Amino acid sequence: MAILADKNTRLIVQGITGREGSFHAEKMIEYGTNVVGGVTPGKGGEWVHSKPVFDTVKSAVDATDANATIIYVNPQFAADALYEAIDAEVPLIVCITEGIPVADMMKVYSYLKGSKSRLLGPNCPGMLTPGQAKVGIMPGYIATPGSVGVVSKSGTLTYEVVYALTNKGMGQSTCVGIGGDPIIGTNFVDVLEMFENDPATEKVVLIGEIGGRAEIDAAEYIKTHMTKPVAGFIAGATAPPGKRMGHAGAIVEGGEGTAEEKINALRAAGVRIAANPEEIPGLLG
Amino acid sequence: MNLHEYQSKQRFGKFGVPIPQGKVAASPQEVYEIARELGGPVVVKSQVLVGGRGKAGGIKLAQDADEAQQLAETILGMQIKGLTVRKVLVDPASKFVKEIYLGIVNDRAAGKPVMMASSEGGVEIEEVARTNPKAIIREQIDPFLGLRDYQARNLASGINLPREHWRAFVKIAQSLYACYLDSDAVLAEINPLVITADGQLLALDGKMSIDDNALFRHADLAEMRDTDAEPEAETQARAADISYVKLDGQIGCMVNGAGLAMTTMDMTKLFGGEEIGPANFLDIGGGAQADKVAAALRIILSDPNVKSILVNIFGGITRGDEVARGILQAREQVGINLPMIVRLNGTNAKEAREIIQNAALPNLHYAETLTQAAQLAVSAAKGEL
Repeated sequence: MAILADKNTRLIVQGITGREGSFHAEKMIEYGTNVVGGVTPGKGGEWVHSKPVFDTVKSAVDATDANATIIYVNPQFAADALYEAIDAEVPLIVCITEGIPVADMMKVYSYLKGSKSRLLGPNCPGMLTPGQAKVGIMPGYIATPGSVGVVSKSGTLTYEVVYALTNKGMGQSTCVGIGGDPIIGTNFVDVLEMFENDPATEKVVLIGEIGGRAEIDAAEYIKTHMTKPVAGFIAGATAPPGKRMGHAGAIVEGGEGTAEEKINALRAAGVRIAANPEEIPGLLG
Repeated sequence: MNLHEYQSKQRFGKFGVPIPQGKVAASPQEVYEIARELGGPVVVKSQVLVGGRGKAGGIKLAQDADEAQQLAETILGMQIKGLTVRKVLVDPASKFVKEIYLGIVNDRAAGKPVMMASSEGGVEIEEVARTNPKAIIREQIDPFLGLRDYQARNLASGINLPREHWRAFVKIAQSLYACYLDSDAVLAEINPLVITADGQLLALDGKMSIDDNALFRHADLAEMRDTDAEPEAETQARAADISYVKLDGQIGCMVNGAGLAMTTMDMTKLFGGEEIGPANFLDIGGGAQADKVAAALRIILSDPNVKSILVNIFGGITRGDEVARGILQAREQVGINLPMIVRLNGTNAKEAREIIQNAALPNLHYAETLTQAAQLAVSAAKGEL
C-alpha cells in the first residue's frame, strides 16, 4: 500500500513532446513508473520514448485506460490542460507547472469540486512512492521504500529531508509535494488523512513554510484525528513581512502566516518541530 | 506587483468607480499648476509604496496653490520608510461625513475572491481585523458567477450604510470587482470610500496589487512597475530570472529552490544571530550553470553588507559536479575576494566535493552538511575562518 500512486498507476504525460515533459517522462519511465502514453494537441500519432502520443486527454484515456495524468504545460495553457483532464475524469492529476495566474487557479479549484478528479499542485514536484511509481520531478535515487510518509510544500527542501531519512536507513511510504502556490488542489490535511489511513505509513514528516494557514489547519487535524507521530519543519522564520519568498504563496500578509505562529500551533498539536531540517530523522527515532 | 495610489485610482476610475479629479506631479511647479487649475483647497499626497504615509508627514492639506507648492517642496524628495518620494498626487480636498472600507482579496483557504466591507474606513483593515473583527463583513465570490448585486447589498446593510446610498454602493462594488478581474489583481481596495458632505460616494484612496504570474497578459500593467521602489539588485535579478529579496544580514545566500533558500536563511540566523544572519533570499532555480551562478554572485556582491557567501545546492536532476565546475568558472568571471562556503548535496556530491577541494583556493571552503555550512559562513562573516 501507498498513497496517491503505486505500481498499478497508469500514467499519461500532458506536454510529453515539450522539453520538460519529454525529459521527465524519460526519468519516470527509467524509475519504473508505468507511463502508458502522452498528450500534445496536434501531435497525435507520434511516439516519444516508445509511448504513443494523442491529441486529446480523452482519446489517450480511452486508448490506454490511464488513471493518472501529469501536466508539464506552460502557465498560459495550463488551466486549459487542467480542465481537459478534469473533463476526461482522470482520477489523479498532478500539475508541475509553475506560474499559473491565481485567477485561473480559482476557477480550476471551483471546477474540481464535485468532479471525479484529485489535483496535486500546481507548482509542485509531484509525488513518489519508492520502488513503485514516481509521478513528478523528484530525483528517484534519494528515496527508499519504508514507512515514513513525507508531505511538503517545497521541492529541494523535501529532497534534503528525504535524502537525510534515506541516509539514516529510514525509508518512505510515499513522498508528496503539495506545491507552493496560494491555491492548490490538495492540501496538508488531505494528505495527512491519507497517511493516517494508509497501513504502510507509520510516521509522518510535514514540511511547511510561511504564508497562508494550511499548516494551522494541519495542526488542528493532527490534534483531533491523527494517531501516528508527526515531526515537522517550517521554513521562512527570517523572511520579512510583505515580501514574496520565491513561491507565489510564501508571503506573510497582515501579520498572518508567520513561521512562529505555525510552529506554535503544530507544537501544541504534539508535532515535534526541528530547528534544522537535518534534525528530522532524529525526531522520528 | 504593487501599484501606486494614483495608478490604482486611475484604474478604478476607468471601471466606473467615482474618484477625485486630481493629477500626479513630479515638481513643485507642476503641483502649483495643478492646484491652481483645480481651484480651492487640495491634498498633496506622496506616492510611495508603503503604508503610514500620513503619519510620516507625506500627506498634507493646502488651502491654495501657493501653499500646495510650498508643501510639495518638502514632500518631494523626503524619505518615507527608506523610499524617496519622487511623485505626489494633487487631489481636490473633499469634505466628508463618513469613511468606510471596501476591498477584494483572494481567500486562499476557500480558493475564491472575497469582498470585504467595514464601517471603520480610513484605518488599515488588518488593524480592524485585530481590534474589532465583527466590523468586517465578508462575501465570498464564486469565480464563475461573479459578484451578485444581492451580495453587495448584504455588505451595504451589514455595515449599516444608509439605504439611500445602496444603489451607488452596489455600482461601486461591481466596478471594483470588474477592475479586479480585468487587472488580474490579488488585492483591490478603496480605503476610505467616503460619503461626501453633499451625499456622494467617492474613493479617496486606493491600493492595488497585481498577480506577478499574470503580468504576461497585461503588458500595460507590467509597465507601471516602479523600480525606484525596490533595491536595484532586485530589478537586475528579475532580468536574470533569479528570485532575489534583499535582507539586512551579512551572509549572502545562493540556493536552488524557494523552500531550501528560506531554510538556508533561517540556518544562518540560527547560528549567526540577528546581526550576522542572511543578507538575502536567492533562488537560482534549476540547472545552476556557470553564467547563472555568475549573475547570482554579482547580485549578491552588489550588497556592501555581505561578508561571506553560502552556496547551498541540492543536485536532483542537475549533477553536483557540473554545479561545482560552474561555481569555479563563475568565481573567475566575477573575481571574488570574499570567503565562500559551498555545500552540494545529491547527485554526484562526492565528485563535486573533490572538484571544490582540489581547486585549493584560499577563500573557498567545502561543507558536508547544512549545519556545518551555516556555521562556517557565520565564522567567515566574523573574520574567524
